[in-house]
Amino acid sequence: MSDDVENRLFQNRYVVDTGKPHIHVVPHETPSEELKAMVHVCPAGCYSQNEHGQVEIVADGCMECGTCRVVCQNTGEIEWNYPRGGFGVLFKFG
Amino acid sequence: MSKVVFDAIVVGAGPAGNSAAYTMANAGLNVLQIERGEYSGSKNVQGAILYSDALEQMIPDFREEAPLERHIVEQRIWMMDDRGHTGMHHRSDDYNEDLPNRYTIIRAQFDKWFNRQVRDAGATVLYETTATSLLRDPGGQVIGVQTDREGEGFYANVVVLAEGVNGLVGQRSGLRSELRPEDVALAVKEMHFLPQETIESRFNITGDEGVVIEAMGTITDGMIGTAFLYTNRESISIGIGCLVSELSRIGKDSPYQLLDRFKAHPSIRGLLEGSEMKEYAAHLIPEGGYRAIPDLVGDGWICVGDAGHFVNAVHREGSNLAMTTGRFAAETIIMLNKRGQACTKKALGAYRQRLDDSFVMKDMKKYKDVPRMLEKQGSTIMDTYPRLMNGAAQTWFRVDGRDKKTKENEIVKSAWRVRGLGLLGDAVKLARAWR
Repeated sequence: MSDDVENRLFQNRYVVDTGKPHIHVVPHETPSEELKAMVHVCPAGCYSQNEHGQVEIVADGCMECGTCRVVCQNTGEIEWNYPRGGFGVLFKFG
Repeated sequence: MSKVVFDAIVVGAGPAGNSAAYTMANAGLNVLQIERGEYSGSKNVQGAILYSDALEQMIPDFREEAPLERHIVEQRIWMMDDRGHTGMHHRSDDYNEDLPNRYTIIRAQFDKWFNRQVRDAGATVLYETTATSLLRDPGGQVIGVQTDREGEGFYANVVVLAEGVNGLVGQRSGLRSELRPEDVALAVKEMHFLPQETIESRFNITGDEGVVIEAMGTITDGMIGTAFLYTNRESISIGIGCLVSELSRIGKDSPYQLLDRFKAHPSIRGLLEGSEMKEYAAHLIPEGGYRAIPDLVGDGWICVGDAGHFVNAVHREGSNLAMTTGRFAAETIIMLNKRGQACTKKALGAYRQRLDDSFVMKDMKKYKDVPRMLEKQGSTIMDTYPRLMNGAAQTWFRVDGRDKKTKENEIVKSAWRVRGLGLLGDAVKLARAWR
């Protein structure tokens, strides 16, 4: 995750549901173009590519916009649910 | 133990859900509202502009208590190239009126207030509860909502789906198809704080006056999108959004990089100078227009607001459509309730009729072809024309010893060079889509 986005997310409030991320990337060998695009499209920079080219997610900074769910809807590579009630991002201003 | 059956369950506490819940509770219906956030507004993101009319229909004296930021006296619409902007500004003292028409608001604060009116009207609001699926009877009629709380769920005569653009309950229940990347925009936004006096001097405003800027052009890197800057009392909301299909297929940069470039643009930079950024938010906006509106009613359910794709992208209207659709849905349910009639698909069809007869569907229909035109003409409109206009303006305004006729010819030629006969086609397409 770049400093650019990390400094921004630092301003936000989150209640992280520890050990229960609300988004999962399905294990894969080679990611689809859609999933790879999420590395730059995700506004919270949650996605990154590891040394083997696989796409990984750390959803702690997620703002729950749903963009990755829409982009990857046909590839089946992402399991997406809202966080449990009361968890996740908490906008002060919105 | 016999189970409690509410007159209605409202899923979501944004403008649509709050409007629906408020209207029904006010009419004496027994309403349960379910919200996944800690409070109404904690998951909601908008620019944000409040259109008074939609709220006045429900709460005529809202101005006395609602947390409003500034009433808008000036609108700037900018076509931007990399170095500047050309645009239209409209300002009038007439907007300094007793009952202003538009306000900037901060959604987390506004929604919290609106939701308090819902509770005061008698609705039960369950926070920190995520609706997960619909409960149905053997005949398929929706009879309630399952949540992530333990237990068997909640029952009602009708479920109002006000779950927003990324509404999983309705989608996963098969009530509407999945969102297409072409039909939603991803917008990112930052809240920048500045002293009140600084904002007022930078924008030439006093008291509660406010200014809004809507911008398009090379700032979105050829992608279909817009940017905005709204003045609040002690802060500036600034953001940019592009269609998800464009961001994922042709975009190279992250949304926050686009926002950084917009903030650093020579036309914007000075307006934000010295500000302190206190929040970064992202949200999807339904931009598919009329053709993307899903089925709105079924046996035991009704759909309102962003979940129903009610956004007029051309006029940047959404929250007013959310409030109006929420109210119409509520009034339809109240009518059926008073008559003792079941909320079947057929009976709820009255909601669709009210929408068709109102500005909501009339406006949605008017611009039904705009999304398709943009899909085809995106980079021309977002990149070519803004460059042309700014170039033309420079040619026109620079005084450099060349005569005006030569300059006129140069402007015409520059447009011809870039678009040729396409100019005519573009004009026709725009006029057709607009009509």
